[in-house]
Amino acid sequence: MIRLNNLVATYTTVRGQVDAVDGVNLTIPDGKIVGIAGESGCGKSTLLKVIYGDLIYPLALRQGNVEYEIGMSPGHIVESKIRRNENETENGGQVATRNIKDYWFKQISYIPQASMSSLNPVIRIRKQFVDFLDSAQRTPNILEKIREYVKSLDLPPEAIDAYPHQLSGGMRQRIMVAMATFFRPDIILADEPTTALDVVVQKGILMLLMRIQEEMNNTILFVSHDMGVHYQIAHKMLIMYAAKAVEFGDSEDVFRAPLHPYTKMLIESLPSIGDNRIRKGIAGRPPSLWEDLIGCRFAPRCPLASDLCRAQEPELVEYRQGHLAACHYAGNHINRQGSETS
Amino acid sequence: MNTILKTSNLNKVYRLGGLLFNRVRINALDDVNLTVESDEPAIISVVGESGSGKTTLAKVLLRLVRPTSGSALVYDRQIAGEGEKPSNREFFGMVQPIFQNPFEAFSSHRTVDAYLYSTAVRVADLEKTEAVDAMAEALRLVGLEYRDVRGKYPNQFSGGELQRVSVARALIPHPKIIVADEPVSMIDASLRMNVINLFLSLKEEFRRSFLYITHDLSTAYYISDYIAVMYRGCIVEFGDARTILADPQHPYTQLLLDSIPEIGHKWDRERMAMADIEAKEFQFEGCRFCNRCPIAKDRCIVERPLATEKTDGRKVYCHFA
Repeated sequence: MIRLNNLVATYTTVRGQVDAVDGVNLTIPDGKIVGIAGESGCGKSTLLKVIYGDLIYPLALRQGNVEYEIGMSPGHIVESKIRRNENETENGGQVATRNIKDYWFKQISYIPQASMSSLNPVIRIRKQFVDFLDSAQRTPNILEKIREYVKSLDLPPEAIDAYPHQLSGGMRQRIMVAMATFFRPDIILADEPTTALDVVVQKGILMLLMRIQEEMNNTILFVSHDMGVHYQIAHKMLIMYAAKAVEFGDSEDVFRAPLHPYTKMLIESLPSIGDNRIRKGIAGRPPSLWEDLIGCRFAPRCPLASDLCRAQEPELVEYRQGHLAACHYAGNHINRQGSETS
Repeated sequence: MNTILKTSNLNKVYRLGGLLFNRVRINALDDVNLTVESDEPAIISVVGESGSGKTTLAKVLLRLVRPTSGSALVYDRQIAGEGEKPSNREFFGMVQPIFQNPFEAFSSHRTVDAYLYSTAVRVADLEKTEAVDAMAEALRLVGLEYRDVRGKYPNQFSGGELQRVSVARALIPHPKIIVADEPVSMIDASLRMNVINLFLSLKEEFRRSFLYITHDLSTAYYISDYIAVMYRGCIVEFGDARTILADPQHPYTQLLLDSIPEIGHKWDRERMAMADIEAKEFQFEGCRFCNRCPIAKDRCIVERPLATEKTDGRKVYCHFA
């Protein structure tokens, strides 16, 4: 279980500070693939970095903390030391993570988007594979174990003898998946792992991730801007908009009966093959996070927005069993538009 | 009837590798024959994965790349290949590009209206006063106001708005066809359909044709009249877009369609085989898809399939179609 307690993550820039994740409160259950969707700049990748404890300047955690329940024995809690450092200056304070980094790769691992820039081009894959093992794990037959594991993922075992550039993009990304899952971690964070790949290759990698998740029963947080991808793999969906979590629930519910108008419009704007209806994008654009934002951040683009929305920010609350939304009129768009009755 | 687009045995060979020896020939375009004839403007999609040659085709049609052999016609004028061709100014009055990333297409140190202005003066050959009117007119067509654009730099726009500005720029010389290479892949989902719908309305109201290069089959289905599916430099299926996507007949088109993550239709969970000899596929003598094809026979390895014309007008490049 991962508990996000009122997270506020900030980037420091020359223009000042900007909150890329602003007040996210959420409990992520175990053993599920959680899809995180939203537009560029909505904070989905930043959220992942915070959970990974990868807080490198200019990114800092200004408020809140992350609690992890990691490990096979129940009740074994690892709390990250993501806390405010009292000695720091008044501009929000520097915060450091310590503990969670000790669990990197073993209990929590990360699959980045650009596999080419994550693998060292002048070192063979097998050397890079061994590099992240600590001395105790570097047994003489470790290469055999790696080969076996790689083979179990339907990859050619020879692939680890190659240099990264000798492999195709899809194969490299599979190697990244193999590295990230070698220790059977409890939590896997994947940041747009298939975005740069072709659809056929993408399908292969998503299938592989689903298979691994079913075998190891770990939690995968999967960031993608592609709602179609989420529909295929996610058990739970988190929708983000302008640094806020706006909807969270079982992906079946989110796709069938979205509560937040943004989610609904996003899903309906996508064309699909065999469907000749006219699709409309959402007018307007996401707000700039530099401005002082009052009220609901989606209100300027929302067809349901009222004075209440423009004045008061909605909280993320539970509307149906396990289905949360941050909207004053959550679910009402169905009745209000009158066209659909459920 | 107008010939909107016709390519005849278009070839483009790139050479990779060593300076003198071991050079690998990549046929980025391999005997590409496309013909679209219609009195109405049309949106022609070219879809395929990376390395399929779709961008090379766009570059040849924009005269950014010279074909190794073969020729291309746009609206009955030859624009590439051996023979007489229009001058660059005349050519860019007929064919205009839109590129993938609008933030890269416009320099961040130059105002965007400067691009519109120089297109109006240099390509459309307008006087200074006419140029402003032409800019305002083009911006109105894409749903923007000149006064909102004037003096602004690219970082003051969202991706969707900036892509509209690049569409407006392309419209100024009144081109007959606009070549758009992945125009929406960098744009957020909620704004993407605004640009796609703009293409549709420009086709219907302003009567412009488009060549839409994409890897996204869903938007291709949504806007295209014709579709060409490419694989490793070869056309594998070409014809009416809705007919082909509703009932694909080439095994590659079928594989591509099966791989789209679509909402409302979950994938079957079969294990997938992986091909990993991409570069070699360019050298195949026979069908380039034979290595991954579920129905491949010995004949496919040695003999390149020719176009089979179906009763619905589509062309399928497969021995067993």
